[in-house]
Amino acid sequence: MQPADLSAIDIVTAIRQGDLTALQCTEAFLNRIEQLNGSINAFLNIDRDGAMATATAIDARRRAGQPLGPLAGLPVAVKDALCTADLPTTCASKMLALFQPPYDAHVVSRLRQADAVIVGKTNMDEFAMGGSNENSAFGPVHNPWDLSRAPGGSSGGSAACVAADMAPVAIGSDTGGSIRQPAGLCGITGLKPTYGRVSRRGLIAFASSLDQVGPMARSAADCALLLETIAGHDPGDSTSLAVDVPRYTELLEQPLTGVRIGRVPEHFAAGLDPEVAKGVEEAFAVFKAAGATVHDIQMPHAKYGVPTYYLVAPCEASSNLARYDGVHYGHRCAEQSQRTGTKTSGSELPLVEMYCRSRGEGFGPEVKRRIMLGTYALSSGYYDAYYAKALKVRRLIRQDYLDAFQKVDLIGGPVSATAAFTLGEKTGDPLAMYLVDLYTVCTNLAGVGGISFPCGFTKSGLPIGFQLQSPALAEPLLLRASDRFQRLTDWHRRRPSLPASATSLPVARAPH
Amino acid sequence: MTLSRQEVATVGKLARLALTETELDTMTRELSNIVGFVSLLEELDTTRVEPLAHPLDTQNVFREDVVGASLTTAEALQSAPRHDGQHFLVPAVLGESGAA
Amino acid sequence: MPQFISAAQSPFTTIVGLEVHVQLQTQTKLFCSCSTRFGAAPNTQVCPVCIGLPGSLPVMNRQAFLLAVKAALALDCTIAPFTKWDRKNYFYPDLPKGYQISQFDLPFSSNGTLEVVDPKGAFAPRRVGIVRVHLEEDAGKSLHDETAGTGDTRIDLNRAGTPLCEIVTQPDLRSPQEARAWLNELKLLLEYLSVSDCNMQEGSLRVDANVNLHIPQPDGRMAKTPIVEIKNMNSFRSVERALIYETKRQWGEWQETHAEMGKTPKQTRGWDDPAGVTRAQRHKEESSDYRYFPEPDLVPVTVSFEQLADLRASMGEPPVALRKSLEKRLSISAYDADVLVNQGRAFVDYFEELASILGVGKLASNWMQQDVMRTLKERGDTITSFPIRPAGLANLISRVTAGDFDTSRAREIFAEMLVGGRSAADVIATLGIAFVGDDELISVCREIIAANPKIVADIQGGKEQAAAGFIGHAKKKNPNINPSKVRAMCIELIRAIQ
Repeated sequence: MQPADLSAIDIVTAIRQGDLTALQCTEAFLNRIEQLNGSINAFLNIDRDGAMATATAIDARRRAGQPLGPLAGLPVAVKDALCTADLPTTCASKMLALFQPPYDAHVVSRLRQADAVIVGKTNMDEFAMGGSNENSAFGPVHNPWDLSRAPGGSSGGSAACVAADMAPVAIGSDTGGSIRQPAGLCGITGLKPTYGRVSRRGLIAFASSLDQVGPMARSAADCALLLETIAGHDPGDSTSLAVDVPRYTELLEQPLTGVRIGRVPEHFAAGLDPEVAKGVEEAFAVFKAAGATVHDIQMPHAKYGVPTYYLVAPCEASSNLARYDGVHYGHRCAEQSQRTGTKTSGSELPLVEMYCRSRGEGFGPEVKRRIMLGTYALSSGYYDAYYAKALKVRRLIRQDYLDAFQKVDLIGGPVSATAAFTLGEKTGDPLAMYLVDLYTVCTNLAGVGGISFPCGFTKSGLPIGFQLQSPALAEPLLLRASDRFQRLTDWHRRRPSLPASATSLPVARAPH
Repeated sequence: MTLSRQEVATVGKLARLALTETELDTMTRELSNIVGFVSLLEELDTTRVEPLAHPLDTQNVFREDVVGASLTTAEALQSAPRHDGQHFLVPAVLGESGAA
Repeated sequence: MPQFISAAQSPFTTIVGLEVHVQLQTQTKLFCSCSTRFGAAPNTQVCPVCIGLPGSLPVMNRQAFLLAVKAALALDCTIAPFTKWDRKNYFYPDLPKGYQISQFDLPFSSNGTLEVVDPKGAFAPRRVGIVRVHLEEDAGKSLHDETAGTGDTRIDLNRAGTPLCEIVTQPDLRSPQEARAWLNELKLLLEYLSVSDCNMQEGSLRVDANVNLHIPQPDGRMAKTPIVEIKNMNSFRSVERALIYETKRQWGEWQETHAEMGKTPKQTRGWDDPAGVTRAQRHKEESSDYRYFPEPDLVPVTVSFEQLADLRASMGEPPVALRKSLEKRLSISAYDADVLVNQGRAFVDYFEELASILGVGKLASNWMQQDVMRTLKERGDTITSFPIRPAGLANLISRVTAGDFDTSRAREIFAEMLVGGRSAADVIATLGIAFVGDDELISVCREIIAANPKIVADIQGGKEQAAAGFIGHAKKKNPNINPSKVRAMCIELIRAIQ
């Protein structure tokens, strides 16, 4: 039995009971990462030394009988959008290629306090802008189910590394679907918590009113375990909710009898791949079998979600990314003019040119596009027509959710219109790429919770994702429903055929 | 909905993004498409709708006025492209301070 | 500097509005827990938040908000029940986030007034409207190389994120002199409330002025010259000088060009203090398109009536009320009340204690305005560290009133008391000053009358002022003797002889 085959809950149990050491576990995953990363490119930075040192220290503390944190010895991969004081944090951008934060993100601190072992930083779309991971300045991530396909994005590295058993769990961030969509395309479980449930401090901002950090794992139960550690109030984030964190792992048992799940007929309109539609409908049948009831509901403004999102998010991004100007950190263009070539004590470039060139060189095309779009939509004369208009539609979208949750407890449906698409397929058409967020952006606009997990496979063997959305702070129900689904199905247990890890390690306990 | 090349160039200046001639052409075409797409919102009557800038209803989040830890100068400057050990260095700035 | 042309004879009216930035007296910055102490080594009071590092988030300083509301209440502003913050987007190296967190469409307060009265009547009382007061963060400091163009600009972010109150007035001021007086009144008010130390040298108070001229035309129309914003004024005196200069410059320009407001864009001019002129500043590129939008990293703030009532109750009397109250309670003149109140809260507290011990306002006021103020000025000191406390000074003054010694002798004692804060009694003892009793006074007077027949003759001849000649002789015999008593006693004794 290999650690890579165990659930996160089993790993922490095995380590606590002494059936597995943190070092054995960490080393097994590191070996697999090193074995596979060349073909998957899920990690931008692998911290073998740091992870081994942490694992060794945890084992020593266990032997000494000292108390251990709830995630003691659990390897965790962290999206490179979260600041780590001991590892560079690039946000997959040339702009931050050399950036070393002097502080840990709040979520990273909580992971360390819980004695998790951070094995590395995962690849992503640059500044979390994209739905395929092809916008990384350090090359795309390859989907473990088919290396010629995209893993989705922007948390593509986190999704792919879990799917490929390179880490049992990972941290992602979701601004318009960036956890749920890659989870769906990679056949894993990913949760976008309610806005404010998890602190954003240290998460490099894309769109502040939409961004949320969340867990990605092989199962809803493992997501529950991770969420227990990362959720909770942070006085350093004004938008962090001062609400107690439930024991998610202990709230999974209750059956789904009487739980009302909404189904939006418009989700099944033209554009949804028939194989995906079939998988999603079958998932509804599973929920019915589990005692839930399914009700057709209306989300009249859902079709305005993508255009609303593509105004709100770029507007906030244009401002959030203004700080990357080559002054205090980040990429700065060469300062000596080519004309003279002589050495001087200072810079020769005028300031404004330094700004424009540094930003022009440091940002990739999609980031530039969104900065341009947001700058345009906020500029004088356009603000009311675009930004203010989008905020009004945002209220209508949120109202749709408030109305829907009067009638149902959860809303189910597809997470993406298709299974994983081929790398390069959509890169020439920004609008086509934006539409991959069709089913996910409204969750963020409304600030509610959402989860996605596999509900079937296409004939060609690609995972199909199912999404559940819940009212604010109803994560216990989201996780309970997903966990119930996973007790009744085995889609989440399927693994892509990739080379097995090199060595087997003795483990007394079998996975459940 | 189309944006002119000149408009796009102006936005580029405002956003402090150097765009090559080719980038300017591509950007003009792509932004026009995207702006055309988001203009779908125009069909909704929102005259009586209040804007919603943020999903939270929370108010009055404060911290107390107590001094906490600062970074060391070395930490503050550790990722600076240019510094003199005490300050961040930038090309000479002419004109008034940016302080508003 | 030419004489200011008074409104009565001037062919134009000067219109001035001010924009004042005041640093709030907090321990920490507006959105992070870095210290706001002035004068620290560069980039030592910085953290991820005020450097604008990726991922950092702001959290509002409660005290900063309360101080800002206090200032607005004192300026009679309406306090908004709901307020939020916005991002003002522009690029500048001392603005690390690429935006300033400020307030745009929903400032926490608006629509106030502050009146300024000149006790000598140099101008009529002027009530100045306040458009708005809002709370925002300061930028860092750019240190420019003197040989600009070749060297680097150095950036120090210690000041970045310091809480600032921005106070914007209506264009209600009508002369440079009024503007200066009004600024003094504003500064005094903010100091009284402990909202700000208003130290202009340390940048805790900064002023920009908008000025233009209204010129009545023969056809009855009012011509208005283009509004000029003046920056870089480092003292209230500079503000007055710059406005005087700018008024003259605009009048000259008007006579030449007849250019009116609206035909040219608003101009910004910098005050060059040593040269005594304003100079046109380079126009900031796209300076007006700040792309304000709601700050998504902060949540709105609401203020209740109860909170406002509590704040009001904690504020104490503002200068304008205090002047009237001193005038009435302690029977001093409006002028004296003005001088005393203008010295600041601590000075008035001292004065009130002194007056209450003495039971006479006027006497206390005289000593405060003459001896105490002069000494503070000479020593460059403030009343809080003044070595003589009110009880000690009251003791000294009451002995002068009792006639134990004269004022000049009292000044000598006062000077000695300043050294190490000694009591009057202690100083009197060390200087060997002893109380001169009536018996000794009579005996000394008899001796000097006997020894100075010439003076006696003069007095007997009706020249009583000749009695002054006795004083030197008396002092030789006993330096503690009270001169006025000597004069009176000698005259009495000579008359008795007659």
